[in-house]
Amino acid sequence: MTQETNKPVTSVSSATSGGDVMGVAVILGIGLLYSLFAAARASDPLMQFHSFIFLAAFVAAGFALIVHVSNPKPKSQSGYEYGVVKAGVIASMFWGIAGFLVGVVIAFQLAFPDLLYFENLPWTNFGRLRPLHTSAVIFAFGGNVLIATSFYVVQRTCRARLAGGLAPWFVFWGYNLFVVIAATGYLIGVTQSREYAEPEWYADIWLTIVWVVYLLVFLGTIWKRKEPHIYVANWFYLSFIVTIAMLHIVNNLAMPVSLTGSKSYSLFAGVQDALTQWWYGHNAVGFFLTTGFLGIMYYFIPKRAERPVFSYRLSIVHFWSLIFIYIWAGPHHLHYTALPEWAQTLGMTFSIMLWMPSWGGMINGLMTLSGAWDKLRTDPVIRMLVVSVAFYGMSTFEGPLMSIRAVNALSHYTDWTIGHVHSGALGWVAYISFGAIYCLVPWLWKRESLYSKAMVEWHFWISTIGIVLYITSMWVSGIMQGLMWRATNEFGFLEHSFVETVAAMHPYYIIRACGGTLFLIGALIMAYNLYRTIRGDVRDPEYQSALAPFRGMTPAAAE
Amino acid sequence: MLSKHKFLEKHSLALVIGILITVSIGGIVQIAPLFYLESTIEEVEGVRPYSPLELAGRNIYVREGCYVCHSQQIRALRDEVERYGHYSLAAESMYDHPFQWGSKRSGPDLARVGGKYSDEWHRQHMIDPRSLVPESVMPPYAFLQERALDYSQVEAWLKANRAVGVPYSDEMIEKADQHLRAQVDPFSDYYDEFLAAYPKAQIRDFDDNPRQISEMDALIAYLQILGTMVDFETYEAEENYR
Repeated sequence: MTQETNKPVTSVSSATSGGDVMGVAVILGIGLLYSLFAAARASDPLMQFHSFIFLAAFVAAGFALIVHVSNPKPKSQSGYEYGVVKAGVIASMFWGIAGFLVGVVIAFQLAFPDLLYFENLPWTNFGRLRPLHTSAVIFAFGGNVLIATSFYVVQRTCRARLAGGLAPWFVFWGYNLFVVIAATGYLIGVTQSREYAEPEWYADIWLTIVWVVYLLVFLGTIWKRKEPHIYVANWFYLSFIVTIAMLHIVNNLAMPVSLTGSKSYSLFAGVQDALTQWWYGHNAVGFFLTTGFLGIMYYFIPKRAERPVFSYRLSIVHFWSLIFIYIWAGPHHLHYTALPEWAQTLGMTFSIMLWMPSWGGMINGLMTLSGAWDKLRTDPVIRMLVVSVAFYGMSTFEGPLMSIRAVNALSHYTDWTIGHVHSGALGWVAYISFGAIYCLVPWLWKRESLYSKAMVEWHFWISTIGIVLYITSMWVSGIMQGLMWRATNEFGFLEHSFVETVAAMHPYYIIRACGGTLFLIGALIMAYNLYRTIRGDVRDPEYQSALAPFRGMTPAAAE
Repeated sequence: MLSKHKFLEKHSLALVIGILITVSIGGIVQIAPLFYLESTIEEVEGVRPYSPLELAGRNIYVREGCYVCHSQQIRALRDEVERYGHYSLAAESMYDHPFQWGSKRSGPDLARVGGKYSDEWHRQHMIDPRSLVPESVMPPYAFLQERALDYSQVEAWLKANRAVGVPYSDEMIEKADQHLRAQVDPFSDYYDEFLAAYPKAQIRDFDDNPRQISEMDALIAYLQILGTMVDFETYEAEENYR
């Protein structure tokens, strides 16, 4: 099944004709003029601030472009383009740690609400930090992981250099500019209040441009492929890129108050807007956090286990059924609301059906280890990859369960949802990303091995304990709060005031924050390990002792 | 069947088109009818566009991320109706661009918070939530009281809302500035005119500081109108069964 080989590209791909430089220059030029105009005539200070960020970025990019053009280094156009993948890996780690840190801060804020409160500076209030956390982990961390891995995988499985010359770099920097605009926006108070789509209209337009270039780079590389077939990982990446484009554009349709102002009003209102948003929101999970990362699974697990993908048929069946069914699941976020009941029922039905293709993917990933199960014991990286697939299986079972109307009546609006999201986000998305990055760093920087395998073990166990603390405390607090809300006394009156349920959750909020802290510590260990790996260090003594137990017959054991 | 799949594996554009068709169906079937069905586009007596000050308050509600912890959607469940009031109607958020239904209740639902507490309670609660509710985990919002409301764009806010379908009249847009100021001043010349344009709007100095129109004024004006537009004494749900 794996059609990809380790042979480097043999033929020289068409040298960049300069079209990429022109294209990037045009986008930068228009962007520069517009941000200059917006900076000068901004109708609110928030827009002015963002115009200056855009302006600075475009000027810097312009300089970089001039340096690039005036220094025609005879850069090898054969071989793979790894520079942008390396940049993506570094950005992933940076944003990951930033996002986890903000998550830990807001978790402690819910336990100790006066934390980080400044009398006249609303920047660090929970309401502003929470979108910062969600966007930082989903879009900044997850997005950079997806860009980096997709650029790596598409090259290797097509045996072709990344298409578009400078365009992949434009995608990388453009995407990270979007992240900076989004993140600073939340802090200063620029938001559309659409969950996971908070950035305002101008940031959305910028992301659309970047995304179209991303699609073209990806497709362009596929068009240059030396393999007859498009590898399964690339189907998943393609569906992620194409569908996210559709969702992003439709959900962000809005009317700006002014072309030089930061505020806009969404095109839809009320119930239509609610379903559009959750059609988007659920499929941000489905296509950003699932199909994209399944692309990672389909490349990195077979590669690391040195086994072919378990079933080709299963991958076809589960791919098409997954992407068809996922799109219907959005209404389960709106049970018992003003959304018509037939729509709720459709959403619930498809959510339950979704269980099957999800587990099809899980089985295909797990069974790829057939004949290589022993590696779970010896290789902590593959353990991380496999545990991530197990978490994927768990949260794609929990999701359909929670989408049942009767269950949702209890679980909705409570921490159970938060726990569910994190079993998917920490267990599945972050673990498969960590596993892929642990694989990628030695490959990209051409190192024999990671700096320390023992540190991967520590990372794995510390963060696993963190995840378990997180999701179990959220199950308890969520189900408890749901039950307390609906409890009635013998006279039929409500048993608890709202604030009693808030007070009851305090201990679980502390446990959750501690779980998150452990997860952050794990990521810091990882970052240090990767830093030393990139420097080319190897922890020699550990290497000997760590391997010893697995060699079976050491002299010591024989005694 | 599966052998035909090879075609898609060899033709990337066919693959992209296949993906696009596959992922479009669900959204079209579920979302498109909502723009035509009576139950989702019906108008209910009393629901009106937000007054300029309420809209300014709503902008602040959005800016501060209140939706992160407070829902505005009472589900048709016994305990929710007991706790918060009549379940939410689709029409009650028909002018909400974007909707504020929320997804998490770290704090209580606010769909019908209007009129439940006094302005003074809201003001004190925003300045220091734990002075009134010791167990609360809400962050303090004392700065709202100090900050003057920036309403230089108020006409443009209304215009943008009209562009997406909120029925603001030319006069409402023209007088947005006067109407905004009239809502915090019970002695203004625009009193009757304002009330005719925005029935049930509450007119008073919400933040107890006549020297300036603060962000607190706007936010409390918004909170106090939430869920109060429809009169459920006279509302007949059966009338809307179709």
